[in-house]
Amino acid sequence: MTLTLRRRGLAAAALGSLAAPALVRAQADRPIRLGSIATLEGPFAAGGQDAYRTMTLALEAVNFTVGGRRIEWIRESSNAQADVALARARKLIEQDNVDIIVGPLSGAEGLALRDYSRTLVGRTIVNGQSAAADTTLRDVSPNFFRFNTDGGQWIYGLGTYVAREMGIRNVALVAGDYAFPYTQVFAFMLEFCRAGGELTKLWSPLGTSDYASVIARIPREAKGLLVIHGGTDALAFLTQYAQAGGQLPIIAGPVTADQTVMSARGPHRRLMNGMISAGPFVDDSDEPTWVEFVQRYRRRFPDGLQAPSINGVHYYINTQAVLRALAQVNGDLSDNQSAFQRTLAALSFTTPMGTTVKLDHNRQAIGANFIRKVVERGGQLRTEQVAKFENVTQTLGLPQDKFLALGSASRDNPASCAAIPA
Amino acid sequence: MSVNARTLATLAVLGLLAAAPWLLPPFWVANILGRALVYGTIVLSLTFLASGGGFVSLAQMTVAGVAGYSVAILAPDATPLGFGWSYAAAIPAALVAAMLAGLLIGAIAVRTQGIYLLMITLALAMGITLFVQANTALFNGFEGIRGVVGPVVFGVPFRDPNLFYFAALIVAAACYLAVVWLMETPFGLALQGLRDAPRRLASLGYRNALHRIAAFGVAGFIAGCGGVMACFYNIGISPGSIGLGATVNTLVMAVIGGLGHPVGAFIGALLFMLLDTFAADLYDRERFNTLVGSVFLAVVVLSPDGVLGLLARARQALRTALGVIAPPPQPVGPRP
Repeated sequence: MTLTLRRRGLAAAALGSLAAPALVRAQADRPIRLGSIATLEGPFAAGGQDAYRTMTLALEAVNFTVGGRRIEWIRESSNAQADVALARARKLIEQDNVDIIVGPLSGAEGLALRDYSRTLVGRTIVNGQSAAADTTLRDVSPNFFRFNTDGGQWIYGLGTYVAREMGIRNVALVAGDYAFPYTQVFAFMLEFCRAGGELTKLWSPLGTSDYASVIARIPREAKGLLVIHGGTDALAFLTQYAQAGGQLPIIAGPVTADQTVMSARGPHRRLMNGMISAGPFVDDSDEPTWVEFVQRYRRRFPDGLQAPSINGVHYYINTQAVLRALAQVNGDLSDNQSAFQRTLAALSFTTPMGTTVKLDHNRQAIGANFIRKVVERGGQLRTEQVAKFENVTQTLGLPQDKFLALGSASRDNPASCAAIPA
Repeated sequence: MSVNARTLATLAVLGLLAAAPWLLPPFWVANILGRALVYGTIVLSLTFLASGGGFVSLAQMTVAGVAGYSVAILAPDATPLGFGWSYAAAIPAALVAAMLAGLLIGAIAVRTQGIYLLMITLALAMGITLFVQANTALFNGFEGIRGVVGPVVFGVPFRDPNLFYFAALIVAAACYLAVVWLMETPFGLALQGLRDAPRRLASLGYRNALHRIAAFGVAGFIAGCGGVMACFYNIGISPGSIGLGATVNTLVMAVIGGLGHPVGAFIGALLFMLLDTFAADLYDRERFNTLVGSVFLAVVVLSPDGVLGLLARARQALRTALGVIAPPPQPVGPRP
């Protein structure tokens, strides 16, 4: 086993070094090597699987060819741990010699790959779904691009809606204790507290399976429950809260009101029906582009989800960005990909949701966000549109210096509604 | 093998490893061999305890994590920044912290053997992992501490694949030779006595408990060396680096390599890294863990004493076939 592997590696290496000078000249004949990292293991395995479904859709739509060059797709799997994502990225770049990576899926992985991308020359990492704000806000990397809006942008509009339209001024927050929810809680509190709300935070580690202690600590005064858990964590919490006879109206984060959770069967469905949430897309949109996208998805993957998940949508948009930029530069990745990266940075296109996405100076998406309601149709839970906001920036409409002055989102920032400047 | 032949073989392997950057592409140097040497050093601490004293501890990855977290918290260039010491101060402090952690774990587990030792060290490992995951003030919770790039040595950054590789090689070789040497000193011989006949050892006047705790301290130091290197390799550390998966991986590497001799740690680590990196290329990408599991299962079923045992049996069979010496009686091993 060891021997064959080593021999393979040596042979590949020998070939690689022999071919190196010829490669530059023959670039046009060489296929474009596209690597990708998504989580096929761990708590987000269902999301990773869906990400690869929509990437397949995007690549099959162009028949794995762009600008006259074939695309060779090399898939890797991570388990939502930064170390693993980093090891996979190193393997893709250094061993498989990929030109571009699409990924990763979760926040800590994104920060790790952003740091790694800074050490690269002539390679590009285009995010998959990871949505921690700092990845493209502080300490940014010139080789890291993100065409999906971040966790904070996905919450835009929700705080005001809960306080003003729903009239709920006291909310208990149930969320995972890591970067991704921090960003969203930060964004929610900015609006909600300014609209006169109060909030109690109840954190639990990612991968928690027993939420009894969290449920017991929901304060009596709370009139609503803001749930920002994804995947199996969301299922575990909502199931347990339903079984405990929980009655508070649920306000859901974008990954909670997602098909990976809503397609599952169980008592949590009772709580989810009628739930309000915010997020970067809605399942039941009438936009022709969206209808076409969902139809194509269902036809190609009959045993997939009812509609693409948030992971699927974002891997699709980011892959689309790569393909569009490659088409514009005719597959030219020479000169350390400078033309390709310039084109990526200036790209502006219509997403499957029928809204426009473009990048800011930190290579972070400016895009649309939706307030959504979960409804049951034919036994399926789906989200439908309540409100739409276009051109939501990463700084949520604030000037960048003011936004940065609020500090990095963390479990203690903002500490409470009282800590938010008016 | 005679002593001389063994010394020659060791020198030859070290020579080959030192020449690796000129023989192999950079990815193989830093990310296969370098990574195997770093994690092999952590596994070596387990092999030392298991082969020397018969203590199978599941807390060695945790001890490595103590060193990794210490250096990350003390380092001058981490996010979030902790104490901001220089690496010259942070690295020794991390090694001392790992040794103290080893001593402490050894002291807590001092009265347990076999499956009970396994359980108590596993409990400690999980306890510490959950603690660093929940603590955001010092350990930054789930995300851990990032951006620990390591020192600049002779003007070359630690991220340079060759520098990293040679540092890993020197650390691993030093730890390996130290363990081989230590096993032949009175300390090491007494440790083997502790494994085979603790009562007789006690009646000779040895203080078994202290001796055992000291062995855990030594193992802690070795694991710490590996832990610091792993932290630099991963540009930081997070609870996932020391969690259940990492803990089990350490044991898997030790077992497939073979617990009979310290070199087994590195053989196991190399085989593990090769599979971890290339399994997805060889087999269905969504099911590659099946291949990883099958290979490990095959090694353990075919050879209870790991790859080392396979090699020993192959050598024996070859000698018998060549008629060099008569086959010795079959060793009485823990075969089912």
